[in-house]
Amino acid sequence: MTDKLELAQNAAGRQVPAMVNGKPQIPYLGVGKYQPRGRKQAPPIRSNKDYPENGDKRVPDLETALRNCGLRDGMVISSHHHLRDGDKVALMALEAAAKIGVKDLMWFPSASFPSQKGAIDLLERGVIHHIEGSMNGPLGDYCTQGKMRGMGVLRSHGGRWQAIQDADVHIDVAVIAAPTADAFGNADGSHGKSACGSLGFALADSTYADHVIVVTDSLVPFPCVPWQIQGNNVDYVVEVDSIGDPAKIVSGTTQITRSPDRLRIAELVARFLREAGIMRNGFSFQAGAGGIALAFVQYLKAMMKEDGVKARFVRGGSTKYLVELLNEGLTDYILDGQTFDLDGVRSMANDPRHVASSPFTSYNYHGKGNFASMVDAVVLGATEVDIDFNGNVVTHSDGRLLHGIGGWQNCLASGCTILAVPSFRDRIPVIVDEVTTLTGPGELIDVIATERGIAINPLRKDLIDAVKGSSLPIRPLEDIKAEVEQICGGKPQRPKHGDRPVAVVKWVDGTVLDTVWQVG
Amino acid sequence: MSAAAKSAEAGHHGKEIRSDIHVTVEPRDRGGLDVVLDSRVSPYYGDAIQAQVRQVLETLAIKHARVVVHDEGALPYVIAARIETAARRAGLAVGQKSLPDQRPLPAPSARDRLRRSRLYLPGTEPKYAINAALHEPDAIILDLEDSVHHAQKDAARILVRNTLRAVDFGHCERMVRINQLPLGLEDLAEIIPESPDLILIPKTETPAQVGEVDRMISELKTRHNITRPIWLMPILESALGIENAAAIASTSENICALTIGLEDYTADLGVVKTPEGAESLYARTRLVNAAKAVGIQAIDSVFGDVGDMDGLRRWGQNSRAMGFEGMGCIHPSQIRVIHEAFSPSQAEIEKAQKIVAAFEEAQQRGLGVVSLGSKMIDPPVVQRALKLVARAKQMGKA
Repeated sequence: MTDKLELAQNAAGRQVPAMVNGKPQIPYLGVGKYQPRGRKQAPPIRSNKDYPENGDKRVPDLETALRNCGLRDGMVISSHHHLRDGDKVALMALEAAAKIGVKDLMWFPSASFPSQKGAIDLLERGVIHHIEGSMNGPLGDYCTQGKMRGMGVLRSHGGRWQAIQDADVHIDVAVIAAPTADAFGNADGSHGKSACGSLGFALADSTYADHVIVVTDSLVPFPCVPWQIQGNNVDYVVEVDSIGDPAKIVSGTTQITRSPDRLRIAELVARFLREAGIMRNGFSFQAGAGGIALAFVQYLKAMMKEDGVKARFVRGGSTKYLVELLNEGLTDYILDGQTFDLDGVRSMANDPRHVASSPFTSYNYHGKGNFASMVDAVVLGATEVDIDFNGNVVTHSDGRLLHGIGGWQNCLASGCTILAVPSFRDRIPVIVDEVTTLTGPGELIDVIATERGIAINPLRKDLIDAVKGSSLPIRPLEDIKAEVEQICGGKPQRPKHGDRPVAVVKWVDGTVLDTVWQVG
Repeated sequence: MSAAAKSAEAGHHGKEIRSDIHVTVEPRDRGGLDVVLDSRVSPYYGDAIQAQVRQVLETLAIKHARVVVHDEGALPYVIAARIETAARRAGLAVGQKSLPDQRPLPAPSARDRLRRSRLYLPGTEPKYAINAALHEPDAIILDLEDSVHHAQKDAARILVRNTLRAVDFGHCERMVRINQLPLGLEDLAEIIPESPDLILIPKTETPAQVGEVDRMISELKTRHNITRPIWLMPILESALGIENAAAIASTSENICALTIGLEDYTADLGVVKTPEGAESLYARTRLVNAAKAVGIQAIDSVFGDVGDMDGLRRWGQNSRAMGFEGMGCIHPSQIRVIHEAFSPSQAEIEKAQKIVAAFEEAQQRGLGVVSLGSKMIDPPVVQRALKLVARAKQMGKA
């Protein structure tokens, strides 16, 4: 299924394919410009008569479950990344599909990880036609080298919910890895030997897919509580020895960066929030599990204590550092979409103030609001930013796929979006003339904090005024860029890319924001 | 091609290496230049590196060679240093240098400037220098001595020379620690033309050693037309050095401070170095006294445990109480703690400001006696208050 290549220029000036994997696309129109219409998709109506009265939906193995679901060529099979690099279930399901002999599946993971490089073999054998979901490492290279038959589609966590809800993607079979489940299909992530915390990424699939399979290595007698996934949406339950490698599901401890330069960035960001008056009683913030973000939380925590300030809520990816805020009374709640370490998992299991959230509550743009836009400040990373404050998180500067979008695009809706980035890595400038792959429009990116100073988006006059007279190193972005180019020996060359699209980047509303081109 | 020419290499590469480059130079008799480049940053700077390698070889007057380069994202001044080192090791480029563009020099350093913290940067490790000034130590030390393996002294010397030309150290004083003599004299020949602000002389035991360094610097300054000051800070690291502290301190007008190296000193005594430092109390007190006797600064050693901030703070406060004005740091995280430890407290500053105000008032009114409330203030107290307020101003605290 090769689409005849027809490109359109979108509102960001990027060339994007008019058709992707046989489906017509809407080019990005601008922030808030696309108006969705119609009704949400819905799964088929089922009847109790077709399910066991005793609630026992167990079948012996995944192969049986997939056969019972009627899996056939060309279908869409989904999986999730709450077990991160430790996940064994997605490949297990795809291998089972291969055994059945089906071909040309679309694999729809919420994210793929390096340990799933076995999928390359399945792509080569024709079992998987293409992947719509983040790809990095070996899978990312496979895609960027143009070896995949279909086009990759990269969506944010909220964008994935939107795509499912709006019927951009129809999931035939969802396979959900569950650290704990009962035979009815109720499933929970925060208990069991493979505990991972929240199962939020699987919630859309459980609601909208035609068929839902729960795979667990820790079956408990009914009821499994809390039921993050409701058994009423589940067709089959499969018990296996192990759903994943616990060591790679959550890290024992998440590491704060020890690089003095990155610590400096983290401290500058915390000081910015304090000086700008964002850090005040009842405020909220979100920071991920990257080294700089974790260090930022530590610096902010000290300042909150000094000033006697308490947050109403903080948003995870949770780690022990957010858990400490909760335990020390510096926040009322953690609203947690993904749990990164053991302290986070334990806290979610035991503390009712540590609440599992989902892409629906947090990130979905086609809803009646979401949490992301209610957060006062968010601290994110990026591989590149440009002089117009646009950000790239999905590709290296040489165009190879590097990261998924995660919640990054969705978080841009916060009151103050801060990208905390080194101004160059090795010799590669992070601030460039134009980002390689546009992932976030500059109008939503308010502050770029580097070790060489903080640049505020000229659109945010309020923030510029708020920190006027402070001792923070506020500088124009052009200034920092020029200094770095002086250090690195001039502007970098523009890496060459091919003219064949290998993937597209969706905006939060399902329109096409940019294209990833074949490299090498 | 000289008879001594042989294949030689310099620098480092590999998965764990950042911001460095490995260069192999194989001299040839004919065939021109054959440059083989493999770089982590090829898509961005591949062309620039190719061009730079050829330009550096040309500057070094190398016409025929095979040059193999593995680059891990080294900055241009590092690339130039590594090529020059490999070329010299190969017996080429005799008497030639390939100097990176000179950044504007910072303002000359004052004899009594603030020297609370000096951050050590190993002389062969390129990745730390470029961002060192962001952490705002009062000084950085490019080290050619103990942090550099004996086989890498030549490489460090060339890299440090280029670093002095190409890296912006902001408001930091630019110090270089040379090797013990006679090796240190070779260091000076390479370094002094780049106008460092201060030279640390390690393992100083006699006034003669300082004299030798002082003369060599003076000659080099004349030869290279350098008029700005280049200060000296002898490091006393032995029992003999401490015994000679007063004589050493008065050797040259260019000495701005004495400092102590406690690892070597305690080794010389055959005692264990402790976090409390009782074993070096005599040496440190004696050094402070010798320095103050000739009106120069006394600077303390380093605190070796990077993880122990409380221990560092105690050491620094104690050190200030003894009369030291600063100490070394081996990690940027120590800088802030050291600055706090060597700063007068707000109460001290306020008291001193009151005394200074009373002194100024007495001056205006032509009174010989300064009094504050019902108390008469002695002249030395006034002098101390004046010094303290001046220092606090330099620290931005008053």
